[in-house]
Amino acid sequence: MIKIEDLYHTYPNGVEALKGVSLEIQDGEFLAVMGQNGAGKTTLVKHINGLLKPTKGRVLVDDTDTTKLSVASLARKVGFVFQNPDHQLFSETVEDEISFALRNFGYDEKTVKERVDWALNLLDLAGYQKVSPFMLSGGERKRVALASVLAWDPKIVILDEPTIGQDSQQKERLRQFITQLNRQEKTVIIVTHDIEFVAECKPRMVLMAEGKILADGEARKVLTDPELASRASVVLPEISQIFLRLENLGFPRDVIDVYEAERLLLKRMG
Amino acid sequence: MSMFDGFRFRSVTSPIHQMDPRAKFIYVCVLFAVAVTFNQLIPLVVLFIIQIPFVLIANVQKEWIRSMKGSGMFAVIIFFMNLLSLYFYGGYGSFTAVVERSLAMTVRFIVLVESFSIFFLTTSPDLLGLALEQSRVPYELCFAFITAVRFVPVLAEEAQGIMDAQKARGLELEGGKFIKRIRNYIPILIPLIVNAIRRSLELAETMESRAWGATKNRTNLYVLKPGRKDYYLISSAFLILAVSVYALTYIQFPSLTQMLGI
Repeated sequence: MIKIEDLYHTYPNGVEALKGVSLEIQDGEFLAVMGQNGAGKTTLVKHINGLLKPTKGRVLVDDTDTTKLSVASLARKVGFVFQNPDHQLFSETVEDEISFALRNFGYDEKTVKERVDWALNLLDLAGYQKVSPFMLSGGERKRVALASVLAWDPKIVILDEPTIGQDSQQKERLRQFITQLNRQEKTVIIVTHDIEFVAECKPRMVLMAEGKILADGEARKVLTDPELASRASVVLPEISQIFLRLENLGFPRDVIDVYEAERLLLKRMG
Repeated sequence: MSMFDGFRFRSVTSPIHQMDPRAKFIYVCVLFAVAVTFNQLIPLVVLFIIQIPFVLIANVQKEWIRSMKGSGMFAVIIFFMNLLSLYFYGGYGSFTAVVERSLAMTVRFIVLVESFSIFFLTTSPDLLGLALEQSRVPYELCFAFITAVRFVPVLAEEAQGIMDAQKARGLELEGGKFIKRIRNYIPILIPLIVNAIRRSLELAETMESRAWGATKNRTNLYVLKPGRKDYYLISSAFLILAVSVYALTYIQFPSLTQMLGI
């Protein structure tokens, strides 16, 4: 379980990025953190794997204070996939790239081989073992970055802007993949601006603005509240915008995904 | 990184900041030449002291102190390297003379850091580029220089992002043996270099698509004109040079041993 208690964070340049954030994330939960640029989303999740330490307050991961552990030791439990895959790729081959963390954690060579093969298959990268990660497309590099984190099977997976640079087909695969991870009892946290993606995934949502949590609840509730959206400077999903307008015609107002909208419209049309 | 902070431009309104970068550059070059000419401790200490008023007038004391502190470790290394090599191979009669010479070499290093630190702290990259351009350096080179200076903070930020990403994959950057610590920086350096090359290629494309280099004879909105203060600075630089040449030729500086009466 992740417990964030009255968290404040001020950067060395004086910017106060978090102002008293409290949050509890249960094991196996799927959470999306949203908000405008500078709302404090990435700052918040960087506290979970210890990359940032609280200025005030505390962050507990499975009852252990993150200030007591190094990032490398917390990483075993908390996998963090960064927004830009180019910030981590450095090996000659995809295989070496994925095995980097496994070797850092001291796994034996047999296990490393097994885990690398598993991660390659999981992210549809089989056949790319000996290819240089620098020769891959943006979307493929993102998948290599994801595979290199999932390879050690962390209990908590944090994905920072996972949909950036992904085409619609890859986005759909990512959605299915996240759902699959979540089914395996993993805690999945995504930080994103992609409201349509969140509407399709329907996770628990945390909406942030100016370093504080504005709303915390089901995506269906948060994404159908125009006042909240305006306060957080986010634009609601197109489906929910339509159904908010159709409320007068007797349609429910809390519709956020295409499949449910289709079902309701077909039902009405007979 | 604190040493490099002392070389980063600080936007402050001061008479030194407003001076022509060419005048400051001549002054720094003269100080450089004089510092490397003298081997004795006293003139080098004098060179160190005469620059302090500039720091105070430019109001960059904090940054200057940071650059001095940052260079402290290098100064200690230079002192001991000189001490060891001069003691074993220098052929000096007394240990005091060896210490004095090592100290002089260390002060020389500090004077060089100090003068260049003042120059870069008080000269904006834009003005520096303009000065280069008006000194008839080809515009392509000026542009490359200014871009390189401007991208330093971007690279520093990117390096932090890369370090975070690798630490999150279990890379321990602190602790361990010396060789291991150096090897641990390979996963930081490779992405940093690859990204810098990528960025330079992207920059080249965007520049070309915005008609960079379309006109051969560029004009500038601002034109540097040396004022009275600049001529004073250049004159004082040449005065320092003349005094130094005189001192080198006619003055025998007392050694530490003589001064202390040992």
